Amino acid sequence: MAEKLLMKGNEAVAIAAIRCGCDGYFGYPITPQSEVMETLMEEKPWETTGMVVLQAESEVASINMLYGGASCGKKVMTSSSSPGISLMCEGFSYMAGAELPCLVVNVVRGGPGLGSIQASQADYFQATKGGGHGDYQLIVLAPNSVQEMYDFVDLGFELAFKYRNPALILTDGVIGQMMEKVELRPEKKRWTDEEVIKLHGDWATTGKTKDRPQHAITSLALESAVLERFNLRLIEKYKKLNEQEVRFEKTNCDDADYIIIAYGAASRVCEKAVELARSEGIKVGLLRPITLYPFPTKEIQNMAKQLKAILTVEMSAGQMVQDVRLAINGALPVEFFGRLGGIIPTPEEVVAALKKMVK
Amino acid sequence: MDVKDIIKPENKVYGKCPVLTERVLHYCPGCSHGTIHKLLAEVIQEMGIQDKTIAISPVGCAVFAYNYIDIDWQQAPHGRAAALATGAKRICPDKYVFTYQGDGDLSAIGTAETIHACNRGENIVIILVNNAIYGMTGGQMSPLTLEGQVTSTTPYGRDIALNGYPLKITNLIAQLDGTCYVTRQSVQNAAAVRKTKKAIRKAFENSAQKKGTSFIEVVSSCNSGWKLSPVDANKWMEDNMFPFYELGDLKDK
Ligand SMILES: Cc1ncc(C[n+]2csc(CCOP(=O)(O)OP(=O)(O)O)c2C)c(N)n1
Ligand code: SF4
Ligand SMILES: [Mg+2]
Repeated sequence: MAEKLLMKGNEAVAIAAIRCGCDGYFGYPITPQSEVMETLMEEKPWETTGMVVLQAESEVASINMLYGGASCGKKVMTSSSSPGISLMCEGFSYMAGAELPCLVVNVVRGGPGLGSIQASQADYFQATKGGGHGDYQLIVLAPNSVQEMYDFVDLGFELAFKYRNPALILTDGVIGQMMEKVELRPEKKRWTDEEVIKLHGDWATTGKTKDRPQHAITSLALESAVLERFNLRLIEKYKKLNEQEVRFEKTNCDDADYIIIAYGAASRVCEKAVELARSEGIKVGLLRPITLYPFPTKEIQNMAKQLKAILTVEMSAGQMVQDVRLAINGALPVEFFGRLGGIIPTPEEVVAALKKMVK
Repeated sequence: MDVKDIIKPENKVYGKCPVLTERVLHYCPGCSHGTIHKLLAEVIQEMGIQDKTIAISPVGCAVFAYNYIDIDWQQAPHGRAAALATGAKRICPDKYVFTYQGDGDLSAIGTAETIHACNRGENIVIILVNNAIYGMTGGQMSPLTLEGQVTSTTPYGRDIALNGYPLKITNLIAQLDGTCYVTRQSVQNAAAVRKTKKAIRKAFENSAQKKGTSFIEVVSSCNSGWKLSPVDANKWMEDNMFPFYELGDLKDK
């Protein structure tokens, strides 16, 4: 039996980072995710795996430290919460433009502005529609358990390197702070430069040797034709992501007349709501997007054929619901229920919203 | 004597450094950037560290530095070079890491990243090319623009009441315990060029000895931004920049 430990979501991120061969973490404290760096500092991985952990002077600095480490072909990561992520958006754009892998964790809190320190899902737009400038996408993973917080660190790095693109774990204060049992996965060693070249190609700034041309990591392309060609290549990459990397989970969907679509903490509430509604005879299921980008558009379209209506539940004013409506394109009613400001909806509230829709 | 008699290996006294590429510089004639590039390439060649060097280029006229010095480069967002250098150096401590930045890049938008990298004593080299102006964007005021200096955003000269004082960023950096070597040099004549090269060499050697951050300001000319001929620009620099930005070592630990 693999080892199981009880830990917080944020702690799971830190432990997973060390165990999956991360080379460096750079971060700046912000509630509700400070445990990530605190746990790393306590674990002192520089004495065991050699992983670097550094407290930066700001989130602007953290993300640019990632830029420097990622350019060397290293597995680098940071974590923050909403206001800090806003500061990193410049870096996301540059790193997507320079085709650099990295992992970012956003333990979302209520906004806008300084907002609250309570859990929220109001950063969906920022995560999936940009945040930074230019035509780029982040790979966005949405865990709904502490186990997934742990597992998605490794998965995030895998996808980030496979596609040479920043990956983001979009989670929230509930998942970050709650404690659950976690099964630890086998440890992975940090990659050597040679292993990175073998696995992911020879592009990093490891020092120019006589037998290869210079490596220059840049997002600059002053000539319009050159930039357009690059933009088209990015579109190809995102298309491939949409074809190959969509992940979701379905519960009670086989005979469903209705489904709820929810991710992260909201999906945990909706699991219970589905149970309650089923006990009252409503044939409802739950679709939980695990990748928010790429979004399970096709799956929603496939499911729509058997459905009468869809309820989207979010801890926001209604952000993901726009992607659901785009997928459905008017074919079905798509309703929304959300709580804001850091309030977690109750299963009963969700059932009430469901009943209103079913009527 | 025929030219062919002169062109012989034993007569060679000077040549193009092999760490420089064949590309033609895009800099304006008379610009200091090209000379400083050459010095960096020569030091890297002489120390034999081409395969151990990672350089960070700025947003500014030197954004394309990677086109000219044949080493591995990372092109940073505006002002963030010192943070990139930190990330690279921390994870690859056996590499020589240097940033190459303009005065706007380093002392306006990048002040925080610069000060904190220096204060942590990152084992990196920072090259500040101070031409007291935003060259790349067409000659606007930088924090290092002199009092009374005319730029496109100070058309009547820099007014202290409006724009504050020129920032002696290098003096400020010298106060930080993380720095081991802080110097202000120039490249307007052969003697100055030789001194700057020596400073660069020392800075790289400090990196190898893990002494902390080495910071070299090169007081430079931007004849296009200053709207002067290359010769007049050098004269203006000597008359106006040097009295305010005094040349020499500020710290050598
Ligand atoms: C975030 C951001 N703001 C503004 C700019 C525009 N910009 C490009 S270069 C530059 C100033 C460069 O001046 P300096 O650092 O002194 O370099 P120089 O060209 O003089 O060598 C500015 C403001 C930018 N590229 N990015
Ligand atoms: S604008 Fe100024 S800094 Fe830029 S290349 Fe021309 S002279 Fe050099
Ligand atoms: Mg300048």
